[in-house]
Order: sequence, then structure tokens, then C-alpha cells
Amino acid sequence: MSILIDKKTRLLIQGISGSHGLFHSQKMLEYGTNVVAGVTPGRGGEWVLEGKIPVFESAKIAVEATGANASLVFVPASSALDALYEIADAGISLIICITEGIPIWDVIQASAYLRQNGVRLIGPNSPGVITAGESLAGVIPGNICSAGNIGVVSRSGTLTYEVLYALKRYGLGISTCVGIGGDPIIGTNFVDILEMYEVDPHTEQVVLIGEIGGEEEEKAAEFILNEMTKPVVGYIAGLTAPVGKRMGHASAIIKKGLGKAAEKIDMLQNSGVQIADHPEEIPQLLFH
Amino acid sequence: MRLYEYQSKKVFKQYGIPIARGRLTTSACEAKQIAADLGGCVVIKAQVLATGRGRAGGIRLAKSPQEAEEQAANVLGLDIKGYPVRKILVDEAITVEREMYVAIIIDLITKKPVLIASAEGGTYIEEIAERSPEKIKKIEIDPVIGLRDYQIREITTYIDLPREYWRSFNKIVQGLWQAFVVMDASLAEINPLVVSSDNQLIALDGKMIVDDNASFRHPEFPEMLDPDLMFPEETEARKYHFSYHKLEGDIGCLVNGAGLAMSIMDSIRMFGGSPANFLDIGGGASADKVLGACKIIYADPDVKAVLINIFGGLTHCDKVAEGVLRAMSEIHPQVPTIVRLAGTNAGLGLKLLDGSNLILAETFLEGVQKAIAAAKGEWSEHID
Repeated sequence: MSILIDKKTRLLIQGISGSHGLFHSQKMLEYGTNVVAGVTPGRGGEWVLEGKIPVFESAKIAVEATGANASLVFVPASSALDALYEIADAGISLIICITEGIPIWDVIQASAYLRQNGVRLIGPNSPGVITAGESLAGVIPGNICSAGNIGVVSRSGTLTYEVLYALKRYGLGISTCVGIGGDPIIGTNFVDILEMYEVDPHTEQVVLIGEIGGEEEEKAAEFILNEMTKPVVGYIAGLTAPVGKRMGHASAIIKKGLGKAAEKIDMLQNSGVQIADHPEEIPQLLFH
Repeated sequence: MRLYEYQSKKVFKQYGIPIARGRLTTSACEAKQIAADLGGCVVIKAQVLATGRGRAGGIRLAKSPQEAEEQAANVLGLDIKGYPVRKILVDEAITVEREMYVAIIIDLITKKPVLIASAEGGTYIEEIAERSPEKIKKIEIDPVIGLRDYQIREITTYIDLPREYWRSFNKIVQGLWQAFVVMDASLAEINPLVVSSDNQLIALDGKMIVDDNASFRHPEFPEMLDPDLMFPEETEARKYHFSYHKLEGDIGCLVNGAGLAMSIMDSIRMFGGSPANFLDIGGGASADKVLGACKIIYADPDVKAVLINIFGGLTHCDKVAEGVLRAMSEIHPQVPTIVRLAGTNAGLGLKLLDGSNLILAETFLEGVQKAIAAAKGEWSEHID
């Protein structure tokens, strides 16, 4: 069991014909993910990955033909907005967007539309989602985690891999790991994922990996304090990062906090979250 | 990318926002001519991307072309917070009756654009916001319907703008919104927006920040970028699309991913070392990109040891290894280098590094600790 994806997930891949798309689709197949279709405009009718996966001209045709119920987005940043609208209109309710460097205005517009239509967006700039032993949708290396009962949620990509790898070396397994994405604006935030872990019977404890900037860790701390019964271990990157550049006067006028690591750590600790000093300390703070 | 005042005002003008007449120059002599063309009385404004320009003497009034030349020479010699003044804007002087403030910014907390206006504007706007927040009106803009006229009317009544200015105020704010959207801005700010003595609304100063990620639909962005503005290594970093910041320490860091790069910096500090830089090569880097990153790090004379920590997802460790080996044979660095590869194609990458004189580490922490020891000159005893 898990959140978001499991072995029944029928995954469609937008941008399957690109080099990243092909390489990681192969890795996902090897992991056991039920990859059912690819979409690349202009390449419809082809079969890729040794003839195992059909490529379709459009998302709509692909969904009708294969019953795909989740999509993984690898398209270039310049066509990402169109790809997100297209897959939402094709009736898919879960989108995981790997693409990085999408203009912020495109993400704002896409999230507004997807939310209106009841579509969940993970990312952009997400490393993906992995439910250990069942399904991998993304670029997370499959061999760095084993199945267990720890939920891992993170804004970072590679830092998450460090944590997964440290857990595995320590003999600890995960239920589902979700990379919510490193961009300032993303479709799904910490609190959304924490809500899912709280009710997931196979997640017993949670690791939250945050970083400087924004207020999502603060909101998570509030949620943990008021709504969560499961224990949470946290790590926040950027304690020694130089203070960011200012954005004119306007940012000073609207900003409440500055998104500093120390403030986030304080709030999380006040909510009963144990904070690790470095990524490899996380396993020691979890229950065994 | 932050735009200069003259660039921002040029955009404003394209969207129907009135600005003062004026011209950009790099010479005091030309400033005199511009002043003469504008009727004599002008303001000389340093074009730098630093706040507090006025307080640093970068904005000066000149009452004649002769005076304009002298003041221009003064301003062109200034250094404002580390930015040497190379360009000045010579604008006609405007007699100001009232100063206001208008800006649109993306609020990263609500994840929506927000329109901000204040009955008072000018240099002390932040102090005003701090001291009397009731003077500031904020209106959230729904990305689906955009900024509507009724929302602008809420502002005009809030800031007590006389009715005869409503029509032109509306035109200015709608122009600012259009500029904000079309230019892919994260900030568009008019400060101050003034009422002149001849009853005109004029954007006296402006600031814009545009989204570098939107460069693919803005062929004009690269030419707006000022090469003078960046340190040479930052220009180089921009060429390869990675993020680089020089820091004060002695351990050069080459990492994939911003979160991991920050975590490496934090951990180096925690265990008693000091990072020389932040360098995130991003996802899916090629060998060329890794080579480019190595060149920047090894060129830094402060660097006493280098830590390369890559956990491949999109990034292929064999490509990284190839880039590092090419750097070794091209640069012949004199400082010890610690390499830790994990994740996608790590096995292939490590195989390539076999037989090199790089110090290998198996885990994050081992890499950090070896790098700290190496920077202190204790590295030989730490080789396994």
C-alpha cells in the first residue's frame, strides 16, 4: 500500500521519445512500473523500448486506447504548459512533472486550471514518485530504496536520493517517496502529502526534507502540530546559505517571514519534529 | 534577470505608461547636449542595480546644460555599493506634487500575482509599509481572469486619488499588468508614480525583474543582459546554465541539485570546514558542462580542495566522470579532489575513474570529511 501510485497505476509518458524520456522509461519498466503508453506529437504509431510501449499522437487517443490513469511529463520547458493542459483535458487525474525550468507564469496558469478540474499536479521540477517494490514514476534511481513503512516527502531531488540511500543502508524501508519539486511554485505542497501519509495505513512515520525559501515548511509545522499523529523527522537544507537577493521594494512589503532555515527548524521542532543535523543522521532519529 | 531603470521605463512606454522624456548616455559631454535638447533643467540618474541610489548621490538635479555636464561627470565617477556607474539616464526635471507607489509582484506564498499600491511613494516606501501598513493596499490577481478595472477602482478610492486622474491611473495600471504578463515578469514596480505640477501622472522611476526561464519566447532577453554586471566566472556559469556563487572558504564544491549543494555546504561548515562556492550543475549535465564547472572551481585561487558529490537521477555518473577526467588532463589541478558518485550509472562512472589519482568517497559524509581534511593539508593520511 502507498499513496499516489501503486502496482495498479497505468502510467503514460509525455515526451517518451526524448533521450531522458526513453532512458528513464526503460528504468521504470525494469522496476516493474506498469508503463502503458507514450505520447509524442508527430511520432504516433511507433513502438519504443523493444516494441513494448506504443507511442500515440495525442494524450486523448493514448488514454482512450490504454486506460492510462497517471501521466509523467518529460517534455521540454517550452511546451510544458501545452502538455499539462492536454493531459488534463484527456481526463487524467494525476500528473507528475519532471521538466525543470518552466516559466513561473506558466506554472501559475497550469496549476489554476488543473485545480479547477480536480487534477493533481506533482512538480514541476520533481524527481518523481516511488512506491517501493510496486511502482516508480520518475527519475529516482530504483535501487536506492527498499519497501517499508516510512513516508518520505521532499522539495529536493538529489538530496532525497541521499536520504533514501542512507535509509536503505541503515536497513529501513519506505512506503512512498514523493518529490514535490524544487520550484518556488508547485502543484502539490508538503501539507497535501502529509494529509495522505496520515491516513495511509502503511505509512507509520514520515521524513520531511525542506530547504530555505517560501513558507511551506512553516505550514507543514502547523499541520503536524494540529493534525498529525504519526511521528515526523525533518531535515532543512540551507542553514549556511547566503541571504538571497532582494526583489525591489515589493517583496519586502509582501513578505512575512524570510524563509530562513533556522526559523523553519524552530517551528518544526516546536511541532515535535526531530531535526537531523545532516542527511545521514535521519535514519538514527527514526523508530526501529 | 533584473532590468535597469532605463530598460524598465522603455518597456513601460511600450505599454502606454507615461514616462519623463530623456536619454541614456555614458558620457558627460553628451549629457550636456541631451540637457540642452530637453530645455536645460534635467535630472542625472545613475543606472545601477543597487537600491539606495539617491542616498548614495547617484541622482542629481542640474539646472543648465553646463551644470548637467558637471553633475554627469560626478555621477559617472561613482561606485554605488560595488557597482561602478557606467551609464546615466538624463531625464527632463519634473515638478512633483505628489508621489505614489504601484507594483505587481508574484507572491510566492499565495502563488498569485498581487497588485500593491500606496498613497505615498518614493525612497521610503519600505519604511511606510513598516510604520503605517494601512497606507498600503494589496489586491490579489486571479490568474484565470486577470486584473479587472473594478480592482483598480478599489485602489483609486483607497489612495484618495482625485477623480480627474482615475482614467489615466487605470490606463497606467492596466499597462503595467500587460507589461508584467507579456514580459514574463516576476516584478514590475513604479516608484514613484507622480502627479506633476501640470496635472499629469508620470512613472518617474521603474524596476522590473523578468523570468530567465521564459527566454525561449523572448529573443530580446539576451541583449538586455548587461555583461558588465557579472563576474567573469558568473558569465561562464550562465553560458553552461548552471548556478554558481562564490563564497569565502577554501573547499570547492561541485554538486548536482540545489538542495544537495546547500546540504553539502551546511555539512562542511558543521564539521569545521568552509565552502569556497555553491555550484549546482543541475540535472542531466553533459561531460562538457562538468568540464566547464571544473574550470571555474579550479581557477579560484582560494580553493585548497575540491569535493565533487553527484547523486545521479537525471544526471549520468559516467558523463560526470568523463568530464572530471577531461578536466584533470586539461587543467592539471594542484589541489586534491574528492569524488563521490552514486545513483544513475555510478558503476560505469567509478570504473572510468579507476586508476586516476582522485580520492574516492562512498557516502555523502565520507566525502565531506575527506574534503575538510584535504583542505587542511591532512589528506594523505585519509586515503584508503
